[in-house]
Amino acid sequence: MSILEVKDVSFSYPDKSILHRISFSISCGDFLCVVGTNGTGKSTLLKLILNRLTPTEGSIRLFGTPSSQFRDFRKIAYVSQKATAFNKDFPATVEEIVSLGLYADKGLFKRYNSNDKKKVYEALDRVGMAEYARKKIGNLSGGQQQRVFIAKALAASPDIIFLDEPTVGIDIKAVDSICCLLGELNAGGITIVMVTHDVSSVIYHSNKVLILSEDGSGELLSSQEFTGRSFTNLHHHHH
Amino acid sequence: MEIFTLAFMQRAIAVALFISVITPLIGNIIVLKRLSTIGDALSHAGLAGVTIGLCLSFSPVITAIVFSVLSAITIEYIRRSFPNYSEMATAVVLSFAVGIAAVFSGFVKNSAGFNSFLFGSIVAISNFELITVIVLSIAVMIIMILLYKELFYIAFDEEGAYLSGVPVRSVNLIFTILTAIVVSIAARTVGSLVISSLMIIPVACAMLISKSYLQNTVLSVMFAILFTLAGLILTAFYDLKPGGTIVLIGICVLIVILMVRKR
Repeated sequence: MSILEVKDVSFSYPDKSILHRISFSISCGDFLCVVGTNGTGKSTLLKLILNRLTPTEGSIRLFGTPSSQFRDFRKIAYVSQKATAFNKDFPATVEEIVSLGLYADKGLFKRYNSNDKKKVYEALDRVGMAEYARKKIGNLSGGQQQRVFIAKALAASPDIIFLDEPTVGIDIKAVDSICCLLGELNAGGITIVMVTHDVSSVIYHSNKVLILSEDGSGELLSSQEFTGRSFTNLHHHHH
Repeated sequence: MEIFTLAFMQRAIAVALFISVITPLIGNIIVLKRLSTIGDALSHAGLAGVTIGLCLSFSPVITAIVFSVLSAITIEYIRRSFPNYSEMATAVVLSFAVGIAAVFSGFVKNSAGFNSFLFGSIVAISNFELITVIVLSIAVMIIMILLYKELFYIAFDEEGAYLSGVPVRSVNLIFTILTAIVVSIAARTVGSLVISSLMIIPVACAMLISKSYLQNTVLSVMFAILFTLAGLILTAFYDLKPGGTIVLIGICVLIVILMVRKR
């Protein structure tokens, strides 16, 4: 069954067309990378899928529901580009931040109980950050913070996680380990959609690549096709 | 110590204690959402309401609440029209409120009453006001506890909160109305001109010490209670203005914490 279905989606601002007739779908267990140079509308596409923007044309379905009507927030999680751009003095512990991820599970007014605390620690365990639970979030390194935000996304056991440039501003070593972590989560059954400008570090973990071009079009390839084509391109450049 | 057995002083202390619990609860979110100027705008709106109330010989606390809540809703409305320049909304409302307060203050016959709202007063609290403050404070506390995780989420990451299903718009609106209520009733003891300081300073002190959000919330309330009680005691003995005294004590503590922390 396809988890996400994007059909003939176009999006333009009054003075500028961003995306033009994008179509693709992904199924349970896929790991999709959305790539493209700056300004090709990678983040815009994510915002359209998550109903933060409305497409000018076309339709988007999440779990079979039009994204504008989608309310089953437990099934999805989102790690935003700005995740690590919060104010470093914000008084909150790692544990408190991860527990926010349980919100979709709890809903309005309900308090967190000991079972929720267990879920928080399980999520922190999966990203290898359990020992930092009581630390202030602003005191961690960029890579550690990104792990915490992935744990927050994992807390409510979503079916699909969307990540917008999760490796920006993180040192190379940490980038590798975050990509491996995402690969492990995907192997464990979580569908992943990741927007990135740095596809090389994650291509071995993903199985699909959506290339967005400057003209607003999009093309879906398997990771093998993508690697093969990059190799050919590289080859052509040398001659 | 005799002064504390006087009915007016006991009433002042009761009101001040309730206010020093709810003010930093609101202030916490305001600081973390980086909206520190909104407290200023709404307290001036409250002052405009006070002036109108005094002119019409109606309870100034009630008119302050009405005027302040209306201003809060207006701010939310203007903010949506200028999403990228949201601080403009607070500036517009603040100017409007100061204008109203300035014009109507010319018609206020009892200028001592007006002054007591500017800088606070501990002698002027009526029974009706005492009950209003207590009822509204308890209501504010209950709502703040119920919306604890929603407000925390929005303060930390508004977009993330939206995508987790938090009803962000409604929660923001409720919070703005609560802010309006709190600044209006707090104007009674600490005064309109200093109320936003009582919202910010205890939170600033707490943020320098605390590691967690919960700790920050609890500590800011404790700081506010400390400043208020110390301020009232000094006010009673040396016949000072309570609002100014409370705020100056807060500033001194903030400076001390800053210096100790640097070392």
